[in-house]
Formats: sequence, C-alpha cells, structure tokens
Amino acid sequence: MSELNSALEHPTYNYKVVRQFAIMTVVWGIVGMLVGVLIAAQLAWPALNFDLPWLHFGRLRPLHTNAVIFAFGGCALFCTSYYIVQRTCQARLISDKLAAVTFWGWQLVILGAAVSLPLGLTSGKEYAELEWPIDILIAVVWVLYAIVFFGTIMKRKTEHIYVANWFLGAFIIAVAVLHIINSLAIPVAMTKSYSIYAGTIDAMVQWWYGHNAVGFFLTAGFLGMMYYFVPKQAERPVYSYRLSIVHFWSLVAVYIWAGPHHLHYTALPDWAQSLGMVMSVILLAPSWGGMINGMMTLSGAWHKLRTDPILRFLVVSLSFYGMSTFEGPMMSIKTVNALSHYTDWTIGHVHSGALGWVAMISIGCIYHLIPILFGRERMYSTDLINVHFWMSTIGTVLYIASMWVNGIMQGLMWRAYNQDGTLTYSFVESVAASYPGYLVRVIGGGIFFAGMLVMAYNVYMTTRKDVAPQPAPAAASAA
Amino acid sequence: MDINDLRGLSTLFLMISFIGVCVWAYSSKRKKTFDEAAQLPFADDELNQRTMQEEVRNG
Repeated sequence: MSELNSALEHPTYNYKVVRQFAIMTVVWGIVGMLVGVLIAAQLAWPALNFDLPWLHFGRLRPLHTNAVIFAFGGCALFCTSYYIVQRTCQARLISDKLAAVTFWGWQLVILGAAVSLPLGLTSGKEYAELEWPIDILIAVVWVLYAIVFFGTIMKRKTEHIYVANWFLGAFIIAVAVLHIINSLAIPVAMTKSYSIYAGTIDAMVQWWYGHNAVGFFLTAGFLGMMYYFVPKQAERPVYSYRLSIVHFWSLVAVYIWAGPHHLHYTALPDWAQSLGMVMSVILLAPSWGGMINGMMTLSGAWHKLRTDPILRFLVVSLSFYGMSTFEGPMMSIKTVNALSHYTDWTIGHVHSGALGWVAMISIGCIYHLIPILFGRERMYSTDLINVHFWMSTIGTVLYIASMWVNGIMQGLMWRAYNQDGTLTYSFVESVAASYPGYLVRVIGGGIFFAGMLVMAYNVYMTTRKDVAPQPAPAAASAA
Repeated sequence: MDINDLRGLSTLFLMISFIGVCVWAYSSKRKKTFDEAAQLPFADDELNQRTMQEEVRNG
C-alpha cells in the first residue's frame, strides 16, 4: 500500500517501452537500409537476385519500403511519441501493459511483413502491400497506440498540450483513418484479398493514402519530434510558439488534398489533377514555416553546431526537409511532372526526404535519448557521432545527386523526337545510360548504411555498464 | 446558385479560417499562455531525475 501511495505522490515515467522502441529503431534501420542497398545493387548488377524468387527486386522493393518506413520510422515514432507525451504532460503513460502490447504487436507486424513480402504475398498497393490479416493487426495495434497516447494526454498534469503532441496526435489519427480506408478489401483466402475500390477510384484512394502517409506518417510525426528535440538539444524554447500553431493547422488542412499529383496525365479527371497541383504548391508555405521555426530556434546558439554533432543531425535534417519540400511542390506542377514522372528523379526526391529528413532527425533524436534511457551522462563516443553525421550527409548527397542526373536524363531521352515523329531513343538506351547513376547510388546508399553500423556500435558501447564514455572532445580543439 | 457558388464559398471559408487561426495565435491576450507552453520541454527535470534514480535502484 505504501508503495502505491508513493507511486501516486511521486510518479515516474515509463522509460522501458521507450528504450525498447529506441533499440529496435536502430535494429530495423540497419535491416531496412541493408535491403535498400541490396536492391540498389541489383539495379546496377541484375545478377544479384541469384535467380531466386525471394530475392527478386519486385519482392524486395516493398520489403525495403515497409522496413524503413514502418519498422525503422515507425519504431522511431513510437519511441519519441511515448517519450515526448510523458515528459511534456508530466504524467506516466496511462497503461504500461497497453504500451507493452503496442511494442510486441508492432514487432509482430514487422515480422509478418518480413515473411510475407519475400514470399510474394501482396495486395499490390504501394506502401500498403501487406495482406489483410496483417492489415487487421496493424489497425488493432494502432487503436491501442491511440488509447495510450491520448489517454496520457488526458491525465496530464500541465495545463497546456505542448505543440509536439498536436503533431503526434494528428499523425496517429490521420494514419488510422488512412490505413483503414485504403486497406478495405474482400478476402478470398488467408493470403489473398481484393480491394473494394476499382479503376480510377482505386488509384485516387491509393494516392490519397500514399501522399498522406508522407504527410502525416513521415512529416507530421517527425515534426512532432522536431518541436521537442530541437529546443531540448539547443537548450532554448522554440523560436515562435505562435508560428507553430499556424504551422500545425495550415499543414494538416492542406496536406490532405495533395494526393492527386501522383496521378498527373492519367485517367483521373483533369480538375482533380489541377486541385492536387495547386494544393501541393500551397503546401510550400506551411512546410517552410515549420522549417524556419525549427532553424530559428538556434538563433543565438549557432556556435553549438560546432561542438554538438547531435544538434548538427537535427539542423541538417531540417535543411533537407526544406529542400525536399521545395522540390516536391515544384515536381507537382504538371509541366514539370511531365518531365519528372516515372523517372529516377522521383526516387531521388523521396530519398532526400527519407534519408535527409526522416532518417537524420530520427538518428539525432536517438543519440539524444540513448544516454538518458540508459542512465549515462552522454553517448560513448562523440567523435563517432560526428563520423556518422558526415557519412549520412555524404551518402544522402551522393544518392540524390545521382538520381537527379538520372531522372532528368531519362525524362529528356523519353520525350526526344526525330523530325519524322519517331522516338530518338529506345527505352533500353535510357536504361543503359542510367548505369553510372545506379553505381553512384549504391555507393551513396552504402555509405549511409555503414553509418548506421557505426551508430549501432556506439549505442552498444553506451549501454554497456562496464564501459565508461570516452572523454568529451575539448570545445577548443573542435573549433 | 450552382456548384460554382459553393466552390467560391468554400475558398472564402478557408481563407477566413486561416486568417482566424492567425489572429487567434498572434493576439496579445494569448502571448503569456504560449510563452509558458513553450517552456514545457524544460519544466519536468524533477520527474526525469526520479525516474532515472528508480531505474538505477531496480537495476
């Protein structure tokens, strides 16, 4: 009884589930990126599929996207949202048991994906390939996640709900709605189902889902991280709390309309395409509003970037966010899209967001969290964080630059006509011309992946009780 | 009244909502509340310390 009273009077946080998700973020990051490097290498050297169906590009590509988005990104979001909601509400998670169920449930979803996708079981919807039994499990875990998150907000000790929780809450609600509506299907066997939508409507529902997976899973959720960890690491409050409110409402109001830009020049009605284009261009404003808010939080503390590689991860991720949210609206303009669509430019754009923004901000947050969660003063090696930072940055730049070159070249080759109206190039000529770009991409992706191994070593050494952290580099020598 | 009036009105509605959010967020009446809210990431050191101590105790 006295223990119970003491828990009521002196509450503590649940760091166990945060710790579990933090470790799995690193593990799934390595797995997902390894598959990414393998399929990038397959595009350069097709023999690397070894003529095995399970290693075919068509099966491994969805495994890669699911692993990096939902396993790596998902664990990072669970980890940081459970941490942020507790610390800014000054309340323990509403239920330790439910939180544990979301952890093991999510790992089960990931294992289900890792087994079913190489077997070729797929519903054929991009970023929603998993078959219906796994879809149902996702929905259940997600509802429990929402209960834990919003339940904790309801028992908060603070008057105000901190802005990071608004973004995380919007992410949780929107993903539930998107996942359930897009995954509606009629099962015909345990491993096969057919979407209830058909034709153009199917395509529109799919890209309403697909783009808002980007907007809410990969943007709103990670902006929630940004609004907590950037102020925390810079040791100063966010630049403008008022701007963060305008940022939130305009971002969630506009993102939901941008999906049709994935379907330019298709059977989708022209007005819907134009709507998607206009809304995508407008989206530049809230995106940059948020980026500027994060960047300006450092005003007066820019010198910290010189000595703190964790802060560098966070700030450079915001730079990549700004760059890709400029590129995205530009690519959604129909005339630009006529050149860029179906080329490698799209893949480059995605990775400028996925590697530069999503992965780098997650990595920065995990480096911030690991010492706290394991009761250490700091990470084992600050120098290794710095090494990782440069590997990530160089890897990302090599990746996106090679895909820009490939994409624009492919677009120009495909639209080149001779004077008599025939095509100047056959398709396979554009494939052959893409080879150097594919090679550079393997190198860039490989460097980014190797950086994750450096991180894993650093995290492992930090968690070991018998190892003391290496001496912090003197501020003077870093300058 | 046809569908285009509805389209025009919805644009107007969105514009008014946006201006409303801006006015609400930037009104001087709420400055104090928001300044307090912005400090929330730095307001719970005691709880964090207690959690870390308890975790050390429990191994």
